[in-house]
Amino acid sequence: MSREEVYDRLNGLFRDIFDDDIKLKDTTTAKDVDGWDSLVNVNIIVSIEREFDIEFDMDEVGKMKNVGSMVDSICAKVKN
Amino acid sequence: MKELEYPFDTDYIIRKKKKIKKELLADSGGFVEKHIAILGGYTTAEIKDMLELFLLNYQIKPTFYESEYNQYYEDAMFPNKQLEDFKPDVIYICTSNRNVMAKPQISHTRENVDEILNVELSRFRAMWDRLSSVYGCSIIQNNMEMPLYRLLGNRDVYDWRGYTNYLMRLNEGFYEYAIEHEHFHICDVNYISADYSLKEWSNPFYWYMYKYALNVNAIPYLCFNVANIIKSIFGKNKKGLVLDLDNTLWGGVIGDDGIEGIELGPEESYGQVFSEFQHYLKEQKQIGVVLTIDSKNDEENVLEGLQHPDSELSTDDFAVIMANWNSKDQNILQIADKLSLLPESFVFIDDNPVERHIVSEQIKGVAVPDIGKSYQYIQNIDKNGYFEVTTLSKDDLNRNDMYKQNTERHKLMASFANYREYLLDLQMKAEIRSFDDIYMSRIAQLTNKSNQFNLTTRRYTQEEIERISKDESYITLRGKLEDRFGDNGVVSVVIGKVDNGKCDIILWLMSCRVLKRDMEYAMMDSLIAECKSRRIDELYGYYYKTAKNDMVKNFYEQLGFVQIGREDNGDSRWHYRILESYEQKNNVIKL
Repeated sequence: MSREEVYDRLNGLFRDIFDDDIKLKDTTTAKDVDGWDSLVNVNIIVSIEREFDIEFDMDEVGKMKNVGSMVDSICAKVKN
Repeated sequence: MKELEYPFDTDYIIRKKKKIKKELLADSGGFVEKHIAILGGYTTAEIKDMLELFLLNYQIKPTFYESEYNQYYEDAMFPNKQLEDFKPDVIYICTSNRNVMAKPQISHTRENVDEILNVELSRFRAMWDRLSSVYGCSIIQNNMEMPLYRLLGNRDVYDWRGYTNYLMRLNEGFYEYAIEHEHFHICDVNYISADYSLKEWSNPFYWYMYKYALNVNAIPYLCFNVANIIKSIFGKNKKGLVLDLDNTLWGGVIGDDGIEGIELGPEESYGQVFSEFQHYLKEQKQIGVVLTIDSKNDEENVLEGLQHPDSELSTDDFAVIMANWNSKDQNILQIADKLSLLPESFVFIDDNPVERHIVSEQIKGVAVPDIGKSYQYIQNIDKNGYFEVTTLSKDDLNRNDMYKQNTERHKLMASFANYREYLLDLQMKAEIRSFDDIYMSRIAQLTNKSNQFNLTTRRYTQEEIERISKDESYITLRGKLEDRFGDNGVVSVVIGKVDNGKCDIILWLMSCRVLKRDMEYAMMDSLIAECKSRRIDELYGYYYKTAKNDMVKNFYEQLGFVQIGREDNGDSRWHYRILESYEQKNNVIKL
């Protein structure tokens, strides 16, 4: 799966969760999105796992510092 | 909303919760507002959000109090101004086996284990006792899910040192309390976690990462279950099943296959499936669910089918049988009318997706589950919790008889030319008293269930009703009505607030079971008598318009009240002066 495709689906997922038009980029962090707190982050992680049919390890979740690193993790896990 | 009925797509709900909430809020006006306190033993943020969706879907608009992380015990046991001011209608104690204080040790004697069990149970009991005495509201408590591992393997379940055994005994202690306390309800996490798959439910990832004691993906299942208990407490259960026949109650088409051709009974697989389903329906009837038939068939075929030697159900089990070639939604409206129930109090069961679609499009609020394949019917109905049993009153157990009696009354009515004559022939007897102990729960139930004949639609918990009944500044009346066909039980409730020779009627309701029986006149007579004895000579009545109580908008006028005010939204105020010469309005019901 290409990075663009991952971004596409991730944008859709964020739009659903925040019910708001959100455009993500590599440098986007939780601070940039209104309402992205640690509790909502749980929803985001769970939804990403379902969307891409992957599972994160505990340390991977901790290492995601911005959307860029989130996308890196997804790309590394999604086959093809 | 279809998305919030079983079987639901949890991915969708979790991801779109904001949008779903907006839609639910926009879709309806008829919400009752309730205060729900969640006292958590783990993170409860998502539980609050999900519970909100499921409650909104039941027309309950919640406001939440949420304890700080794992502060359930402190919040319950110590004075808490915030929670006191919040005045909860329901307290939900959301704990898990992660909150158990001490586990049995292998070195423990049997007595040691008994002792730690007692300490644990006392801790919970003290909490429940305090909550009910301070807050006087319903309490919902999670029981314990089974442990994720079994140190003693299969022995873990029966050896007192096994944690599985310990948790089961703890749960038993919870159940004992529940059976002794009417307003205490168990949320059966032990069952739903097993149903979901215990190893998924208790996936420790969510505990170590976020301090959720269950899988975040399972939260909708938990909250659906809690919402079902809450809506049942507030009288929002469904009341009846509207059933199709061909391929629903038996396999095949009776009109084509004949009685010997339909599949029913122990001989072969499909026959067994339908027998079991019929048995399930019969059990539903026993807990007070009204059974009716809505079938596109000639009536004689239907009656023949129900005489099948292996049929668990017979014509007697159904309060109404509609077998004709009219559209099914039309028939449902007629069934509702015959039983004086709202169409939305029914669940429509039909194997045919086209019929289901039509009904769900035509009648708002009717539940129309996708019942799946014949061997899945039971679980697809059951898991929806339409008839969640929080109380099992004598009235519930007799309900089907009552509805059947109503059908008999309708028949009798048709044979009288004069309505008064019919009423006299019913040989009605009423008993009207102020609120008494044995009927407190029924009275509270009525205030939460009655929508149509209800002037102010005020909802009360049993504790509030009990409090009012002891307060001298209130006049309370509850009316029971029986007739030659049977006892209807408590069917009408009136509450008046007395102030300085005046009485404000803050609640007047009647069950639609006894419409047009002059019971309202008997209640009025009793109210006047009570007022006279207290030297009250002015009555004030209020009509608060809702989406459902149009039938009583002129009620006070009928009773001879004079209108003294009217709002743009349809609300009105009425006045009545009680004269010494007041004439009894009821002359058909004996008191």
